Amino acid sequence: MHPKGYFSTFKQTRKTMATFNLKINGKTQTVDVDGATPMLWVLRDHLQMVGTKFGCGIAQCGACTVHLGDNAVRSCQLPVSAVGEQEITTIEGLSEHGDHPVQKAWLEVDVPQCGYCQAGQIMTASALLKHNPNPTDDEIANAMHGNICRCGTYTRIKKAVKLAAENNS
Amino acid sequence: MTLVKSTLGRRAFIRNTGLAGGGLVLGFSFFNSCKPKVAEAVGMELEMPKEWFEINGYLKIGDNGVVTIMSPNPEIGQNVRTSMPMIVADELEIDWKNVVVEQAPLNTNLYSWQVAGGSRSISSSWQNLRMAGATARQMLKEAAAKAWQVPASEITAIAGVLSHEASGKTAGYGDMASTAAQLEVPEQVELKEITDFSIIGTTRKNVDGKKIVTGKPLFGLDVQREGMLIAGLVHPPAFGKRLKSFNADAAMGMPGIKEVFSLKLYEDDFDKMAFHFTAFNEVLVVVGESTWQVFQAKKAIEVDWEDAPDVTQKMSLFGNQMEVKHPAGMENSEGHMSKLKELIARNAKVARKDGNPEKAFKNAAKIVERSYSCPFLAHNTMEPMNFFAHVTEDHAELLGPTQTPEWMEPAVAERLGLPLEKVDIQMTRQGGGFGRRLYGHFMVEVAAISQRMKAPVKLVYTREDDMTQGIYRPAYYATYRAALDAENNLIGFHVRAGGIPESPLFANRFPAGAIDNYLAEDFTVDTNITTGAFRAPRSNFIAGAEQSFLDELAEEMGKDPIDFRLELLKRAEENPVGNPESNDYDASRYAGVLELIREKTNWGQNQEGIHRGVSAYFCHQSYVAQVLDIVMEGDKPVVEKVTAAIDCGIVVNPGAAANLSEGGAVDGIGHAMYSGLTFKDGSAEQTNFDRYRLIRHAEAPKAIETHFVKNDIDPTGMGEPPFPPIMGALANALYKATGRRYYHQPFITDRPPLVG
Ligand code: FES
Ligand code: FES
Repeated sequence: MHPKGYFSTFKQTRKTMATFNLKINGKTQTVDVDGATPMLWVLRDHLQMVGTKFGCGIAQCGACTVHLGDNAVRSCQLPVSAVGEQEITTIEGLSEHGDHPVQKAWLEVDVPQCGYCQAGQIMTASALLKHNPNPTDDEIANAMHGNICRCGTYTRIKKAVKLAAENNS
Repeated sequence: MTLVKSTLGRRAFIRNTGLAGGGLVLGFSFFNSCKPKVAEAVGMELEMPKEWFEINGYLKIGDNGVVTIMSPNPEIGQNVRTSMPMIVADELEIDWKNVVVEQAPLNTNLYSWQVAGGSRSISSSWQNLRMAGATARQMLKEAAAKAWQVPASEITAIAGVLSHEASGKTAGYGDMASTAAQLEVPEQVELKEITDFSIIGTTRKNVDGKKIVTGKPLFGLDVQREGMLIAGLVHPPAFGKRLKSFNADAAMGMPGIKEVFSLKLYEDDFDKMAFHFTAFNEVLVVVGESTWQVFQAKKAIEVDWEDAPDVTQKMSLFGNQMEVKHPAGMENSEGHMSKLKELIARNAKVARKDGNPEKAFKNAAKIVERSYSCPFLAHNTMEPMNFFAHVTEDHAELLGPTQTPEWMEPAVAERLGLPLEKVDIQMTRQGGGFGRRLYGHFMVEVAAISQRMKAPVKLVYTREDDMTQGIYRPAYYATYRAALDAENNLIGFHVRAGGIPESPLFANRFPAGAIDNYLAEDFTVDTNITTGAFRAPRSNFIAGAEQSFLDELAEEMGKDPIDFRLELLKRAEENPVGNPESNDYDASRYAGVLELIREKTNWGQNQEGIHRGVSAYFCHQSYVAQVLDIVMEGDKPVVEKVTAAIDCGIVVNPGAAANLSEGGAVDGIGHAMYSGLTFKDGSAEQTNFDRYRLIRHAEAPKAIETHFVKNDIDPTGMGEPPFPPIMGALANALYKATGRRYYHQPFITDRPPLVG
């Protein structure tokens, strides 16, 4: 029927590879990857920064949210070649000691169940608060719409976002 | 104090060191190559001791009094990594802030039921965890007694300090740990009185909270190893298809790709357990250097698929042999629905019969009949299926998210041709379970791949892989009928339920036992679509159907829905129909949660603009009643609030239990309202979250409030019970809000369409 398997017998072509100097969490990081590689996988596989999560790969779940400049973006849909000079912030770089007001509020409310979506939720929430320090319930729900929590921690997330806003004002 | 013989789980008191895989037990820390000097304790950093003394399989005490407690069970978001150690710590009498929690590896010599299933983590380990703490406390007292030359019975242990009042001597646990570790395990131990609990029953935050909010490596997908390769799978595009041939020339030429091959998971004669189940036994494997490269290469393989024949699989489930038939052909959701409708109209297998239901229905002045259905669902854990394995010639190390390490170990060993003791399985924190990770075929897959590649490998499913070859929640259908006499009394009750491929019926649950003439029947339809347990299996449909029907019936009879249920429960308690043993539930506890919810929600006092629905259900040994409030915003129903009343016995960690109650409510509303997996020509029509709709922020209840019944009953299930009943409360509230009943999930597509 079909062959037992294929083995790599030749040297891999590296012609699509390129070098990118990325500004991540205030540091410059150099990676040598295919320019089409999404930032999500550059972070996770090449830089061993696994706080940014893979959930869907098509910008539908928000698990991979990072900040590009001041904005929350889905890193699964952000090719490394599109980043350029822009500053990237990941969950690991949101604060030095885990004491960003949003992180503190998350701990205070004890939001997580499985916890897998929470890095993405926190990155979206912290970008929201940067632009809108006092969001209404509706504004929170709208801004967080792209972040799925399969465990259903939505009411706690809302509470934590409001608490972070309060503590920061 | 309660004296308990420490025979129960005695093997757990063997010390870890030296046992098979024991080297991995101590200092388990898979993400760090060197041991940290400080460890993240409960929300703060703790100085680590110079030396650890292992008292038993559940705990070790450091020379500085810091205690490490092993959490034996898989953590899938139910928070056992916090609540299981809390039980040990309470009995040990240690300050919670001096506790460090570690995930125990699979070790069937030490622990029992290392499974996240059936909502049984706490209930099945309750005694063992208490004994582990109490035994250690006793041994510490004996060590102090020896040192001080006083009777152990005169020594008290409070918050990590041993004291002897008469002599004024005191010592910390750390001072006595080395002696205690040498002592014989006592024959009898004293368990604390429930009223003396100081940690159990108090809210303690998630021990991994800080790591989660700072993005530390915790999950299976986060595992990294020197020289690790990434593997991805390509499976048939439809149920009913199988691999014929493939051409991987293009894929092999892509950067980073190491190998492409076909993998047959189990031999045909492999003696399968139900949890070894897999959708496709032969798949293509792509191995490469990085995840993105592998995902790209998968798309570049040219594959020919062919129709698979009828398959009958033999498998065992807890000692019962069963045969599962997978008929050939490509199935469609429309065909499923018409088959279910055809069968629901016929007599089915009688599961329970009380009195003379035929006569009751014949003599009825009125018959109320309603039908309910739900589609297949994909579990959609946020973290897709994945696992790590490093298999060498004589050893296999596996690491990742699984709900059933204990049940998968034999399958891995068999597939690799290694003896069981050469397979070590460790668990990471898991990005959700919901039943999906009970089926650990991905562990066998990655082990086989690693063996072939002679390298450490992490297998990663894409969301599409995860959603289109799942072990789905079955599709179900149920018809309820009630016979009323001329005075509107309920004189007969009939439920007929079926599903693809299992029936959702629980014939002996409420309202069985409360109605004289009762008939429960069920039927099944074979399919080649793989299904399995999904959070609160079967209950996750039948609860909503039954509770919607009872609501409609109460209205038909002119009764308040809570009063009506309480009347039935009173009958079941005082004068149960049939053999009282055969009724699965405790009618008084059932009534208890309804009474509590009535009180907490001021049920019966109508509030302008608030439309309420109530529901109550019993499963996994716990009782849950929920009231759901809807407010109409224009023509859009919005869930304003959910209130839950729960009887799950002693609540170990009320804040965490409330989180599960909230999650259950959101999850239930989401699936009943929005979710469904449909099939066309054997293929799932939804392959990712663009078309598979999961509940999102704005659709979640604005507030959720949980009340627990206070009692001294040993803890029962909490992960699953809050999920099923909410679907009934939702349907009942929607009726109040919109004037129409909802019978077919997801409700947004029930005709005429509700919204969207
Ligand atoms: S992984 Fe990027 S949005 Fe889901
Ligand atoms: S906490 Fe599990 S997905 Fe959000």
